[in-house]
Amino acid sequence: MADVKNILFVGVGGQGIILTSKVLSTALVNAGYDVKMSEVHGMAQRGGSVTTQVRYGDKVYSPIIGKGQADIIVSFERMEAMRMLEYLKKDGVMVVNDHAIPSMPILTGAAEYPEGIIEELKGKVKTIVFKAADVARDLGNPRTQNIVLLGALVKAIGLESLDWDKAIEQEVKPQFVDINKKALQKGMELAG
Amino acid sequence: MKKLLSGNEAIARGAYEAGITVAAAYPGTPSTEILENIGPYEGIYAEWAPNEKVALEVAVGASISGARALAAMKHVGVNVAADPLFTVAYTGVNGGLVLVSADDPGLHSSQNEQDNRYYAKAAKVAMLEPSDSQEAKDFVLEAIRLSEEFDVPVLLRVTTRICHSKGLVEFGEKEEAGIKPYERNMGKYIATPANARKLHVSLEERLEKLEERSNSTPLNFIEWNDKKVGIITSGISYQYAKEVFGDSVSYLKLGMTFPLPRKMMAEFAKQVETLYVIEENEPYIEEAVKVLGFDCIGKDKIPGVFELNPDIIERSLLGTEKELLKPDRQMPGRPPVLCPGCPHRGLFFALSKKDAVVTSDIGCYTLGAAPPLNAADTCICMGASISAGHGFKKAMERNGRDGKVFAVIGDSTFFHSGLTGLMDVAYNKGNITVIIADNRITGMTGHQDNPGTGKTLKGEDTVALDIPKICKALGIEDVKVVNPLNLKEMRAAVNEAMKKEEPNVIVTQWPCALIKTEPQPKGYCQVNQDKCTQCYACMQIGCPAISKQDGKVIIDDTMCNGCELCTQLCAFKAIEKVGE
Repeated sequence: MADVKNILFVGVGGQGIILTSKVLSTALVNAGYDVKMSEVHGMAQRGGSVTTQVRYGDKVYSPIIGKGQADIIVSFERMEAMRMLEYLKKDGVMVVNDHAIPSMPILTGAAEYPEGIIEELKGKVKTIVFKAADVARDLGNPRTQNIVLLGALVKAIGLESLDWDKAIEQEVKPQFVDINKKALQKGMELAG
Repeated sequence: MKKLLSGNEAIARGAYEAGITVAAAYPGTPSTEILENIGPYEGIYAEWAPNEKVALEVAVGASISGARALAAMKHVGVNVAADPLFTVAYTGVNGGLVLVSADDPGLHSSQNEQDNRYYAKAAKVAMLEPSDSQEAKDFVLEAIRLSEEFDVPVLLRVTTRICHSKGLVEFGEKEEAGIKPYERNMGKYIATPANARKLHVSLEERLEKLEERSNSTPLNFIEWNDKKVGIITSGISYQYAKEVFGDSVSYLKLGMTFPLPRKMMAEFAKQVETLYVIEENEPYIEEAVKVLGFDCIGKDKIPGVFELNPDIIERSLLGTEKELLKPDRQMPGRPPVLCPGCPHRGLFFALSKKDAVVTSDIGCYTLGAAPPLNAADTCICMGASISAGHGFKKAMERNGRDGKVFAVIGDSTFFHSGLTGLMDVAYNKGNITVIIADNRITGMTGHQDNPGTGKTLKGEDTVALDIPKICKALGIEDVKVVNPLNLKEMRAAVNEAMKKEEPNVIVTQWPCALIKTEPQPKGYCQVNQDKCTQCYACMQIGCPAISKQDGKVIIDDTMCNGCELCTQLCAFKAIEKVGE
């Protein structure tokens, strides 16, 4: 389906990926798109790789994105960006958080955390690099790094005109609404 | 109103709209959120049952009494509930009865990927298969109506991608069904041989009528496009097929898949040049097509293992090979691990040092088998830790092999299927140590209450079953309770158990590190680099918060929960607690 856009969020359990895809989906639904979103639950959440997928357009059939079909991948962690690379379209955009979370094989010494991921990504595909945790910390709450990354996605895919304030109000706890609105703006600015 | 709902949320909404008033389940991925979302409806009695058999029986009783009822479970849960299922097909229902089976193709969070469509055929119950969230909601109502009209239970078969994908759902009005009158009817509800013989005959008649319905219901429909290629499909596979072929081929989309609409299938097959059957896992529909005498392309091209997706369909049927962006090297894996602060870590660390067989079970603690702890031998199904451990030990004893067996089972799993195994150990003079890892919650599925937590699904206070007392009542005299995060205590209990020649139980009791309602340690641990000798003893416990960076041991303060298990392994007192 040519008119359907595919967005893949990847990272590690606990990084706020599900909330990010909820804010995105809500904004898209409010704007009148057909939307499908797929999540992974259960065992994979215990420190494993986590992905959520959002597809939107006039009419969406499959809730999951095939290899080579993601318009944008937003990766909350470096190694996970590379792991999911083959899902990205050749002319797609990789938004990557310059942050490393070593997995258990690395912690036990069975493997090493791969060096030079960002450089390798840049050599293959359009890549926007963020230190989202630093940006979020400067804003006053390191936990808003997910919404900073969402801001970058919004800019990269051209969804600036959607009502993001409303989507954040709908999905985020009232006490965190303002800071998340700022985080989204900051992410959009930095990706510009 | 249109809302973005997961399949599970949609099924819950469907239960409300269908006027269901009793719902029961045992949590299991990908089905858990169905009951979690039914819970808040005031008009519906909803419960976590100790296991799936109980859940289905609760729903069966409610149905016989005249209410519309639902039971939900993951695919392997239906194995547990199969006993009542096969007989309630005979007796039929009073109020409509729906059993939701949430299958897990691809084994995202399961021990197998059995295809429960065969249960409908084997148990002779009607089956509906929704293909998105809207149908997930609507099909609950359809299932209830079919159930009441044809006097059969209905299996609503969904899969992970239906349960956990969100799509837009148009809400409907609630049907005020209330409760039907109940009158004693021994011939119908007492399944003795004499009655059941008649009921079996009547079931076959009901199924014949159901098949007529299957041929005429709008739940099964044809989309005519070009007739060169025709596709028969159901469930999520329909969405994948549409994604790949769009409107270039014709479809027979099946929403009711038992009894299959054989007349309709034959009509469709006759009119298309090439017939594809696109379905996940087993060739359930394909077999029926072939029995009807039609040739089709199905499992000879499309793999029967793991879940489908549009890519696989395209590659298998059209031979399309896409050029993909490829990393230059493979990334290290990221397997799931026990969380920082997880009480199971202390238990498995103590077991990892022992020359013993550890039969494990289904839950977060299955991860005790992962490196670096590597402390388990088996994981089969809910409850098998105890009974299989008992059998393992008996086999060794009878055949002259020495060895110690520990069976490890979680609190919720113990309530689910461990009680009977423990009874067996006591009754048949077993000689194993059963460790009940009581983290005060059903962990892996995302914190559901169970008979040990003192809360119901509705959030009401209730009796909290006492595990040590239960063990004693089941005939085990030697029951010890320890804190698994106190390594000295935990190791002593395991050491003592190694020497025992009679059955005994160790209850390791400490709340899951993710429960917010239980007191959790304050502060976090950090490494005093001046004192650290880089012996890496602390890294043996496999805590994801502890890493080695340029030779130094670093504890990630955002991940550490302050459980202090690592501090107990440091001979140099280099790990300090801060921020308390």
